[in-house]
Formats: sequence, structure tokens, C-alpha cells
Amino acid sequence: MFRLEARTSTPAWFNLALPLIAIAVTLVLCSGLIAVAGAGVIEAYGVMLSASLGDSYAITETLVRAAPMIFTGLAVAIAFRAKFWNIGAEGQLLAGAVASCFVGAIPMPGYLAMLLMAIVGAAAGALVALVPATLRIKFKVDDVVSSLLLNSVIYYALMALIEGPWKDTFSGYPISPPIEDSANFPVLIEGTRLHLGVIVALIAAPLCWFLIARTTLGFRIRVTGENPEAARYGGISVQRVLLSTALLSGALAGLAGVGEVGGVHFQVMSDISPGYGYSGIVVAMLARLNPLGVVPAAIFLAAVMTGAEAMSRATGVPAFLSDVIQGTALLAMLVALLFTAYRIRRVGAQT
Amino acid sequence: MSAPLIEMRGITKIFGAVKANEAVDLSVAPGEILGLLGENGAGKTTLMNVLFGAYAPDAGEILVEGRPVTIHNSADALAAGIGMVHQHFHLAPRLTVLENLLIGIPGKSGRIDRTRGLARLDEISRQYGLSLDPNLPVSALSVGEQQRLEIIKALFRGAKLLILDEPTAVLAPSEVDGLFAALRSMAAQGLGIIFISHKLNEVRALTHRCVVLRHGKVAGRVDHPASTTSAEMAKLMCGHEIVPPTREASTPGAAVLTLDGISTSGHAGMPLRDVSLFVRAGEILGIAGVSGNGQQALADVISGMLQPRAGTMTIAGKTVTRFSPRELQAFGLGRIPEDRMTTGLVTNLPLADSMVLPRIGTEAFSRNGLLNPTAIRAFAEAQIKAYDIRCPGPMVRAGALSGGNLQKALLARELAFDPKVLIVSQPTRGLDIGAARFIHEKFLAMRAKGCGIIVIGEDLEELLMLSDRIAVMYEGRIARTLPSADATVARLGLMMTGAEGKA
Ligand SMILES: Nc1ncnc2c1ncn2[C@@H]1O[C@H](COP(=O)(O)OP(=O)(O)O)[C@@H](O)[C@H]1O
Ligand SMILES: [Mg+2]
Repeated sequence: MFRLEARTSTPAWFNLALPLIAIAVTLVLCSGLIAVAGAGVIEAYGVMLSASLGDSYAITETLVRAAPMIFTGLAVAIAFRAKFWNIGAEGQLLAGAVASCFVGAIPMPGYLAMLLMAIVGAAAGALVALVPATLRIKFKVDDVVSSLLLNSVIYYALMALIEGPWKDTFSGYPISPPIEDSANFPVLIEGTRLHLGVIVALIAAPLCWFLIARTTLGFRIRVTGENPEAARYGGISVQRVLLSTALLSGALAGLAGVGEVGGVHFQVMSDISPGYGYSGIVVAMLARLNPLGVVPAAIFLAAVMTGAEAMSRATGVPAFLSDVIQGTALLAMLVALLFTAYRIRRVGAQT
Repeated sequence: MSAPLIEMRGITKIFGAVKANEAVDLSVAPGEILGLLGENGAGKTTLMNVLFGAYAPDAGEILVEGRPVTIHNSADALAAGIGMVHQHFHLAPRLTVLENLLIGIPGKSGRIDRTRGLARLDEISRQYGLSLDPNLPVSALSVGEQQRLEIIKALFRGAKLLILDEPTAVLAPSEVDGLFAALRSMAAQGLGIIFISHKLNEVRALTHRCVVLRHGKVAGRVDHPASTTSAEMAKLMCGHEIVPPTREASTPGAAVLTLDGISTSGHAGMPLRDVSLFVRAGEILGIAGVSGNGQQALADVISGMLQPRAGTMTIAGKTVTRFSPRELQAFGLGRIPEDRMTTGLVTNLPLADSMVLPRIGTEAFSRNGLLNPTAIRAFAEAQIKAYDIRCPGPMVRAGALSGGNLQKALLARELAFDPKVLIVSQPTRGLDIGAARFIHEKFLAMRAKGCGIIVIGEDLEELLMLSDRIAVMYEGRIARTLPSADATVARLGLMMTGAEGKA
């Protein structure tokens, strides 16, 4: 007989072990699917690993893919810390992409263009995140629902733009005009796609950690998230904290879009994000809402995504496996989180 | 009396380095109410959890009606006729009273047998005078009613021995009388009862016999609680004499806080109606009243959590009526909320965070928006030392502390910056004598330093001991204010029911 027993404290190594266990469980569970698809499990995972992290080029590709998920992961982690349930990183990313594409298409010196793209893109994301936050503060509208629904609104607005005024009149494709060449983010290693935005993402994570752990705003975010009543009693303006969190979270998600436009696609199209905003939720949960954990978690998911494509080509297992792995990882993590509050205890046979 | 209903022999339970129970012997006869006394942390809950099967003892045995039994879990305990009402209730808030009773009780062919359940509930109600509407959802019940449901639940499952872990800590004095009547009737009909409390007057009024625990060991047994003085029992509990602090005579200064014609609306509880009062420097004003007569709204208005609809409030002569909690603190207001866990502290974060929370943005703990972790830690460590807060250190989760230590931490955080006015609600609720005494001494020391203190409470003896003046609240109004020298428990009790009105 086993039973769950409440824990009085959680050992420190748990924080590291939990995501690793969750990932291990995920890979074991998904190996069943690979087998069903008729491929060798070891072989399939082997291809995934070598294609995503096997050589320096593969590593740069994985990092390029990780960058937007680092941003959205940070956006979600910070929002969730304050219990602002921002499920809208996807829409905020798209808004950032569109806004930065506007700016990037205006001729001006390259560095100025990149700076402005970042500022305007972040502002656009922040503005979008402000909507669910305001609705929650003013009208008590559930932020999960409003931020989620807003994703579709933004997506279809983007579609209207690239099917309408932005449509390429020459080819007839629904894509925006490209940004100026001078506004393309510099590539850091010749022959790869590793762009400046990746470095910015890698720097953003420790900055966010610093913000949460070492600033008064971070303190207020943590306290508000854990206990809004005590926060208010302690003199914190809970509404102001929610608004600041929303702005920050939206700006980070917006930057994910900026990086995709400035560093990868140089224009906006309908599939500019394969759900990086939603992946951000998985990343943040795997990272246990710790900004420093967001980097490895995003790299893991990016490796799964790049690896799954190669595996699909080599073994015929559909690349959708990458989505399954993501979803399973989230579920496994949620179950694993249960064990921070409870432990399984063996109890003797009944008398 | 007849053979014991249950007997615990030589029970020892060790948690890591803590011996929570050491060689404890205890027995209860049918029809007997046994008091289990002890300060916080003495091991009362642990001992009862061993009896109820939540913990396996490291040594010792349990006998039920003379037969040794092993109890692995609550199902075993219930099968042996042992029921327990925990300090924190275990009810499903969305389900009704009847559904909560029927949880886990299989009916015919796996279906819930409502008719049988209703009949049984009716029987228990009549037998012990414990009635509850079976169709109300638990979320609509008051705390006292939820407790009654827990008792009924245990009886429903056939308990012959009922354990109540500090049942009166959550009750208003009027509800306590009802509980005691029910417990007496159960004992009269042959049930055994273990009643845990650290309120000596309650134990003396209710129990037939007492076991006193100290540091996990039996410190003494009292065979005739009714004829034993509180001082003798307190000495057993604490290991030394407890001398009540004396309130030195003093001349209060000018008014530091005034309310003039304050009315509120839109508050969950009773609103305030035209409340005027003042407290002077170096004075303690007690607010007496049956809970639910506007005390919560009063505390909320003074601490800035609730904006009054009408009226003015001043601190040290300056109008502060619509100030936020933060502005009020900056103005010299200290507050201790009624609910330490939900309003006072952030249980999931380090204790240090809760201790600096109200002043996080000030020079003391941050500069230019950057926290000063060294200062935060040093402050928390200093207060932990100064107030003798028992905890592993400033980085421990606040929620891991016991009630008395949490209250000390809250007191430390508010008093560290020398408030001009202090508003406290139920300052010693749930605390043992030692911790309560400590809090009382701090209040009196603050009074001597010229702080004006408002104490909202239901414990009239405590209010009489601390206060210079006492205001009685009734239906959202101040019914009467009188010097505490003119007040007695009986007189206050009468005024609290609205009987003496504006006499
Ligand atoms: N689950 C536990 N793990 C570790 N220590 C515990 C646990 N439960 C109680 N203790 C410790 O055992 C002692 C007795 O606690 P408890 O039985 O709750 O006391 P009481 O109910 O008399 O206030 C305390 O020092 C407490 O910290
Ligand atoms: Mg206890």
C-alpha cells in the first residue's frame, strides 16, 4: 500500500531533479509511440540527438530555435510568478513581429533600425498583454481565457495584414515585404544562422533572474503571486504589480517576435511562429518559473523540435512527435510538481 | 469508572532530532472527558495523531477496550471506534452537509444511501443536541458549524472515543458554550472524549481529569481540574510560575488616533455605523464585542484596507482618512491582523521576506529599486534573536513556524519602527500562556513608551488586564466606552449582547 503524505519541506536537489525526471519519463513514454510508428527507439532518439546537438552547426540551429522560446519562457515565468496567467505569449510574439517588421522596413542606419525594432516590438507585445491584465483588474475577467482568446484575434489581424495591404503584389504570396537588409541582425558565426538576437535572449535570462530575485519590483511580484492579501496589507499596490508584470511579460514575448523577424525570417508570414508562445508555457513550467532554468528548458524543447524533423526524415516517424513530446513533458512536469508538496509513503499491510 | 476505553502505554514518537512524545501513558474511560494540556509544541497533536493512525509510534502500544491494536491509518482508527476532529478541518466545501457525512460510506450496491444517512443524522442530532441543515453546502457554514459537522462525522462513523484538537481556538465564546454542552451530553451517554486546549479555564470547566505534556513528556496529571487553580496548572505546563504582568498607572498624552463618524459599506461582514473613538499616547483601548459586530470593518478601516463611506480618521492630528495601507504605515501605524496566515505573512516565502514586506521600498532594505539582501537578512536575524522566535533561520518558509512564533514575527516587524499607533486583532488567539504573556508584555512596554494601542478581542479577561479603557461594539456601533476599572467580565458580557445599550 502506498499513500500520499504532505511534505513539510522540499529538499533543494528536488528543483533540479524534477524536470530531469519529467523529461526522462517523457522520453520513455514517447518511445512507445516511436515503436508503434515502426522505428527503432534507440535509433530514432539517436538521430534526434545528433541532429540537434551532434555537431557545432546543429547546436547553432538548436540555439536559434531556442531563442524565441527563451523569451516566451521568460515572459510566462515572470507572469506566473505574479499569478498573472498569461497564456497569450503567442499573440504577444506575433504583435512584436508585426510591429518590428513595420519599423525594419523603413530605411535608416542598421543599428538604429535594430534598436527601434526591439523597442517597438517589445512595446507592441506589452500593449497586447495589457489587455487581459486590465480586463482582470477592472472587470474581474479571467486572464487565462482573455489572454488565450486574444491570441486568435492577433493571429487573424496578422493574416488580414499579409492577405491585404502587405500582400506581395508580385508573387501573390501572403507575406509581408522584407525588412531592409541593413536591419537584418548580424550573424555571429559565418555560415550559420546564429544571430545577435540569440545572444540577447541568453543575456535576458540572467537579467530576468536578477529582476525577480534582487529588485523591489521582483519582491513585489513574488509576494503578490504568493499571497495578494498579505501583499496589500503590507502596502503593495497589487494592481500596479499586475500591470507592471503584464507589461514586462508582454515585452519579453514581443522580443521573441522581433528576433524571428530580424534574425531568422526578415519578414512576417502566417507561420512565423510554430507555437513558440505556447511552448513558452512548457518551458516555464519545466524551469519551475526560474528564469535561469528557462535557458536549458528552451534548449531542450528546441533540440526536440530540430531533432524531430531529422528523425522524421531518417526513420519515417512523423515530426508531430515533437508536439507529443512537448505535451507529455508538460504533463509529466505537472505530475512531478505534485511531489514537491507530497511524498509517497509506503504503509504496512492492513490488519 | 469502568475499564478504560482506550489506553496508550509508553508512547514515544521521534521526528529527526525532536522527541515529540516520550514514554507517554494515557487512558480514557467511557463517559470521561480527559483534558490534554500543554504549550505549543508540547506534543499534543503528535500524540493524538499516533492514536488516530497518522503516525506510527517509535515505541509503545495502544489498547482498545483492553485489547492491543495496531492502527495504521484513519480507517483502522475509525474501525476501533476512535474519531478525531483536527485543528484544520477536512471537509469538501462544495458538497452538502449530508454528502460530507456520506463520503467513503458505501451504500447498497455502491450507491449513496441518502435516506439511511438522513435518518442517522437525525438520530445523532436528537441524541446529542447537534443539529445542522443536511442540505447546506459546507462553504455556507460558519467555522463553528463546520466543527459541529466534523463532530457529527466522527459520531456518524461510530466513534466511541472522540478526540478534539484545540476545538475552541476557532470559536467565539458564545459558540464555546454550545460545544461544551454537546460534549457533556456525549460523555453522559458513555462516550470517551479527549479535549486538547491550552486555555486553563476551559479545561477546568469541562474536563474530569487532565494530562499535562511538556517537551513531549507527561509533566503531571490533574485528578480534580475543577478544584485545581489555573496557576497550578500553568506551572505544570510551563515548568515555572506565570506571573501576570501588571499595568502601571499612567497619564495618557494627547490623542494619537481618532475616528469621527466613520461609516462603511460594501464590506463582507457587519459595516460600521457612525463610529467615533480615540486612543491617546500611552493608552490601551480595548474593543470588546461578540465577533461579527463590526470589529473586522473597524480594523480594516484603521489599517487602510477598507475605505470608509463617511467620516474622518486622524493620526497625530493629521487627517489620513483615505490613505493606503502603505501611507498609513509611513505615518506611524503598526498593525497586527486577525488572520496571521492569510493577511499577515506569505507562508510560502522565506520568513525574512514577510518580516520586511511593509518596508521593502524604504532605504532600510533597498536602494534605487534594488534589494539589499544583507540588510534584509540582518534585520530578520536581529528580530529573531530579540523576540526569541523559534525557527531554523530567516530563510525558512514562514509557514513552517508555529502560531506563537508567527505572531512574534509579526509583532517584531511592526514594532521595529516604533509606531505611534498600533492596531491589533485577537493578538493571542491560539497562543499558549508563555507566548501570550510575551505579547502582553510587549504591548505594555509600548504603552510605557507612549504608543497608543487598540486591542480588538473576544477574550474579556485579557482585555480587562491590558486596557485602560474599553469600548463595546454592538451591531456596527460603539455601544459604550468605559474605564476598565469600572468594567467586569459580567458587565461587559451583558453590554456585548446590546442589553445595556447606550446607558
Ligand atoms: N511532521 C513533523 N515533522 C517534524 N517535526 C514535527 C512534526 N510534527 C510535529 N513536529 C514537532 O514535534 C513537536 C510537537 O508538535 P505538536 O505535536 O504539533 O505539538 P502541539 O500540538 O502540542 O502544539 C514540535 O516540536 C514540532 O515541531
Ligand atoms: Mg497542536
